[in-house]
Amino acid sequence: MVKVEFLGPIGKSPVEVEASSLADLAEILKKDPEVARWLESSAVAVNDKVVESLDVKLHSGDRVSLLPPVCGG
Amino acid sequence: MVLVCEGPIDVEALLAGWYCAEHNRNYGAMVTFVGTVREEGGIEALSFDIYRPLLDRWFLGWKERLEKEGALLEMAHSEGDVPVHTSSFACAIFSPKRRVALQMLDAFVEDFKANAPIWKYDVIDGKRIYAADRSTPMAGSGLLAKGR
Repeated sequence: MVKVEFLGPIGKSPVEVEASSLADLAEILKKDPEVARWLESSAVAVNDKVVESLDVKLHSGDRVSLLPPVCGG
Repeated sequence: MVLVCEGPIDVEALLAGWYCAEHNRNYGAMVTFVGTVREEGGIEALSFDIYRPLLDRWFLGWKERLEKEGALLEMAHSEGDVPVHTSSFACAIFSPKRRVALQMLDAFVEDFKANAPIWKYDVIDGKRIYAADRSTPMAGSGLLAKGR
């Protein structure tokens, strides 16, 4: 199982899903309307490292974080 | 590591601490930036969420970049509510010469606004409202919206 965290204003509790790649996870999250609207504007981190390819493989115990638009300061 | 403060930063103590720790280490320049919450749009405070593991990773990248220039970077940011006219962000760069510190401060603060994993909310009548119109998608955003 992969743990998915929704950070900042997404405001959704973490979920655990079966996914072997980010491409798999994308298909799962697109089906959740509460999350789908954030996908276009959110970056993605796997185990606290930002990734930029859907080909990234996921393994049981991995943690994926969705990072919506930021504004520090 | 970024110094994360619950609520407003004690700016006077923070800057004095940074100065006292470094002034005798032969840095010719200390350049600081402090962000203070302005009274506008009926807000009583700003409020912040921080994702610390990624913030520290991002900050470490900058710290290493500055070390290559012989410079030292420090940063503090608030989590939770920060009332108007108090401060939520402070950073300092120490370098042998002023030009590196001045140039890197500008680049650092710009990247901070675009890529530090911090989320801002207006606090109006006690309610926390995400500052969506002032927020910026981080580099690489939209990955999971792509098709197979």
